[in-house]
This record gives sequence, C-alpha cells and structure tokens, in this order.
Amino acid sequence: MSTPDQTLLQLIDLAASHFRVPASELNPDDDFFKKLKINSLQTLDLLTKLESHFNVELPDYELQGVTDFRTLADRIQARL
Amino acid sequence: MTRHQAPDLSPYSSLGEALRAALDKFQEHTCLIEADRERENCRLSYSDFNAAAQDIASALQSSGFAEADRAAIIMSNQSKWLIAAYAVFCSGGVLIPIDFKLTAAEHLALLAHSKTRSLIVEFPIWRALTQSPAFSNLSVVQVLVTEAPKNADLKGAQRWEDCDSTAPPRFVPRRRTDLACIVYSSGTGGRPKGCMLTHSNYLEQCQSLMAWYPFWPGVRYLSILPTNHAIDFMVGFIGPFVCGATVVHLRTLRPEYLKEAFARFKITYASVVPMVLKAIEGGLRTRFNELPPFRRWVLDRLITINRLLTRREPRPELSRRLFPQIHQALGGELRALITGGAFAEPATLQFFYDLGIPVANGYGLTEAGTAVTVNDLNPFRSDTVGKPLPGVELRILDANGEGIGQVAVRGPTVMQGYWNDPEQTAEILVDGWLLTGDLGRLDSSGHLLLLGRLKNMIVTEGGKNIYPEDIEAAFAGLAVKEFCVFAVNYVWKQQSLAGEQLMIVLRLDPGAEVTKGLLDDLKSRNRSLADFKRLSGYVVWEDDFPRTASMKIKRNVLAEQIAAGSARETALKEL
Repeated sequence: MSTPDQTLLQLIDLAASHFRVPASELNPDDDFFKKLKINSLQTLDLLTKLESHFNVELPDYELQGVTDFRTLADRIQARL
Repeated sequence: MTRHQAPDLSPYSSLGEALRAALDKFQEHTCLIEADRERENCRLSYSDFNAAAQDIASALQSSGFAEADRAAIIMSNQSKWLIAAYAVFCSGGVLIPIDFKLTAAEHLALLAHSKTRSLIVEFPIWRALTQSPAFSNLSVVQVLVTEAPKNADLKGAQRWEDCDSTAPPRFVPRRRTDLACIVYSSGTGGRPKGCMLTHSNYLEQCQSLMAWYPFWPGVRYLSILPTNHAIDFMVGFIGPFVCGATVVHLRTLRPEYLKEAFARFKITYASVVPMVLKAIEGGLRTRFNELPPFRRWVLDRLITINRLLTRREPRPELSRRLFPQIHQALGGELRALITGGAFAEPATLQFFYDLGIPVANGYGLTEAGTAVTVNDLNPFRSDTVGKPLPGVELRILDANGEGIGQVAVRGPTVMQGYWNDPEQTAEILVDGWLLTGDLGRLDSSGHLLLLGRLKNMIVTEGGKNIYPEDIEAAFAGLAVKEFCVFAVNYVWKQQSLAGEQLMIVLRLDPGAEVTKGLLDDLKSRNRSLADFKRLSGYVVWEDDFPRTASMKIKRNVLAEQIAAGSARETALKEL
C-alpha cells in the first residue's frame, strides 16, 4: 500500500499527465479547479482515472468541498 | 405521431392530492429506478413508492408534525428525496428543498431562517452538520437520516430505515392557496430569499408545462440534477408522477455512466445544465473529427438534410433513421433534452437539433415557479429562450430604442413573496408584476431573447445563481480599507449572458499596494468557497466607495463609476 506522501505524488503526476501540464507546476495545496482550469465535470473525469490507478471506488460525493490535491489524496488514502 | 394529452390537474387542491391520485391510478407502473454506476439500487412501482412514503409520513406525524409545519430535505439526487417530499405533502407540511452542495454553515443558516421543524438528510451531510461550530444552534425537533452506517453516532437523529408505519398516517388536505414550498433562491451568506410557492403555483406550472412537453406511462425521465433544483422538482418529480411516467435517478455524473444510462434505460427526456450539454457535445465532436474523410463527408450531408427536413418541427422518427448510430447509443427513444436556468450557447443547441435531438431551452426563475418561457420547437429557435408558457404574461419595462428592457412576469405561477421579508418582496413584486432583473426583448413572433442583467448576480454554467452579497462574508477582515463583490457584467455591461464571472473591487488603505500577502489571503479565502462561487478577478479602485446615509455601499453608483473610469481589459486582474 502506498504511503500518504506516495499517494499524493502519484495523484499529482496523474493529474499533470491527464491535463497535460508539467507536474513540477503543481503543488499539494493548489486549488486544482483554478490551477488546471477545469470544471466539476472534468474533475469527475480525473476521479475515474484515479479510481483505475489506485483500484478504489470514489463516490462523487467524496469530491464535495474538495478543491486541493492534498485533501483529495487523503480521501483516496482512506480507501486504500 | 401519437399526441399525448396533458393531465387535467384542475380537480386537485394540492400537490399531495394530485400525487395521491397518481399513486392510486398507476399502482403497478414503475415510478422510480435508482442507479449508481452500473448497479441498480432500487426499482419501485407507484404502489411500492406509496408504501415507502407512508412509513416516512407516519414517522413525521408520530413526532407531532402538523399541517403547515416545515420539513427540509438535504439530499443528493436519489429516490428517497421524492419519497420524503411526498410524505411531507401527505402530512400537510411545507417543504423546504435545500441545495445539498452548500456548506454546513449555509445549511444551518437556512434551516434556522425557515424555522424548519423536521429535517430529512443523508448521513454524510448530517455528519458535516454535526461537526459544524454552529451545530449547537440547530433547533429542529426531528431529524431523519438516510443511509447511515450501522454503528454510526447519529447524534440523536432517527434512522430512515427504521421508520415503519405501524400506525397508518393521516392524509392532511391543503388548499390551493396554502404554501407548498419555500425555495431559497439566494442569500446563503447574506439576506436569505425564501420564495413562497403555493400548491396552486405548482399545479398551474405543471399543467402548462405538460401541455407543451407531455409525459405518459412508458416515458422514462433521467434525473441527474438534484431535485431541489426547480427544473428537476417539476419535470423530474411532479410532472412525470401525475402522468404515470418513470423517473430514473443516476447517482453519478461521470460521463461514461451518463452515456450508458441513456441507452440502458431507454431515456425519453432528461434535464441537463449547459455545462453537461457542452460536455456531451464535446465528446460527440471529438468522435466526429476522428471519422475517416468519406464518412465525415456523409455525416455532414446528413446533417444538412436533417436540418432542412426539420426546419418547421422536429421529426424524431426521420432523424433516428438518418443517424441510427447516434440515436441507438442514446437508447433510441430520446425525444428532447431540457435545459434552462443558465445561459446555453445557441451553437450548442443547434448542434443537437441538427442531429435530431431537440433541446427544450427555457427561461425561468424560482420566484416565478419553474419556467416562464420554453422553446415550443414549432419551429426550433436556438437564438431565443422560447415563448411564454400558457397563462404567463411577459412585459418589457422601460424598453430602449432596440426594444430591450427589464423582463417582468405576471401569472398564476408567480410566488407569493419572500418568506418573512416584506421589504425584499416589495422590491420584486410591483403591482402584481414580478421584476426579474433580467434584460431582454420580445421578437415579432413572441420569442424572448435574453440580453444581459440589470441585477448584480450571475448564473453559472452549472445552473447556480450567485449573488455577490452572499459571498462577501468570506472576505471579511481582508487587509484593505473596503471591498465590494460584483458580477463583472454588472459593471461593464454586455448584451450577452455568456461567461458570467465575479470580481472583487478593493479600495486599499492610503499609500498601500497590492502585496503578495494580500493576494495570498485573497486566493486562500477564494478557495474556501464552493468552486462555483469563486471570484475570477480583482480590481483596485482609487476612491472611497459611495455610501448611503446608513453607510451601505451604493453598489449601482460604484459600478457606474468603475465602468466610466476604467476599461475592463486593463482594470480587471486575474485571481
């Protein structure tokens, strides 16, 4: 099982490759809506990618109120 | 093509009565299917629905819930929302549908403002409420919690699944003039606006909408909007139920499951916000662009032919034959998508119509029930928000030389006023007319074109109304002399509702500059807001804000000063 830090790093790498931005430009506390210029539907798309990578199911409501990579990584970690 | 009659709702004096008659008439028909991804959570006949609602009505009434008591629902889009709502109407209650996407503090503020007696809520939301600092102020008498884990601490709430109608509930009759719902159209952070809508408002709205877009047994409506949303409440609950149709709830918005749901459940109608519409359009355009040149050429010719043959009215059977793959992928039964509540781009609407999928674009506001105008598709017009529904009167006030002025509405669906707020009611309801604050004009065929806003607010692509005053509390204490939040288009007017955004105007302390610390604080506070409420930019203003004698900011005067003194392109900085 990944450590919380590994989960966070993998999440940032996946988001960077999915939305084609350099991973080095993304920070754990970044607001991913603003940083990646995406809307809530595009974020759901990212969730699907994350589920497949981490082999967990993340209900849509898990995203409710989550706006930064670190909190999202915490939600994933809790389900690993 | 078979013509379906709108139901006659005139015999009924309340939503509860109309729904009760439908449950009795369509007992064996399927009324609800709830799906989550590829799983089907439940499938209920009208008879099953009635039995489930009796349990909840019994739980309400045994706790002392009486007629005109208020019951709030805070749930995502799912079957229990509708069951709970019917239980409230059966018990003679007033329903408070609350947006589940608000924060816990906002939920608690609206529960207090509405003086809710009973709360019906999903467990994750209830957990968030109990963890909020303001939870100790919650004064509801009864809480029913759905889907709570077995060993969860419910903090005194009752478990939905334990409700059982050992004593059958009473059906409490209501009159048409009685309140059915209080629906909050704004004011989560400021002064709440609770629209008081009567049973008559809803029955009249349902009657006129069903006249243009009828439902019947066999119709399957896909519900992906939350039911607290006015459109889904009407066309994803009341409308289909009184006609014996089936509502399919999908508990995810993931594009892959959404597409699959259309085909799997052979959907007839679905309501979507413009953001979802654009996402579907994007997916289809990508696939079209990947076609080999010859197939793409054929598709383009078919689109031209379809446009020609459907220029007077939609011809679903013909379009399905011209585009069999597209329609089969969507289940082969889709008659129309319904959208409204936010700006939808004409090009997107035309894209779908050209493929034989009409989008019933409309215009409405909670204060006027659900819809004021809808495209009747005779013929389809992508550039307008349609014609007034039967019984609705529209006027353009103070029209300029081009016929553009404020849209005013009168009719049987207009609300009674704002809950406990005669002052705000008097501002919006004048001589029987509802002043919408939206700018528009009527064309020669009676279609309404929306062309901007008179009021300081935005509607997001996701269909959310955001009033700047409501989010200013998030910036209280910012290290500036004063600040004010505006809709960008309210300051720099444009004749369009596309791409609406919010901005903050900062008046710095004398000699101060915009520092990194200030910007970081601004960004951090912005992030604490729900994503659809965030500011997109800021403006630094050099003068003190104009204020009234009671020191309120004169927002309209300030907006005029900013527009006169600066250009949007140079003054507005990205946040």
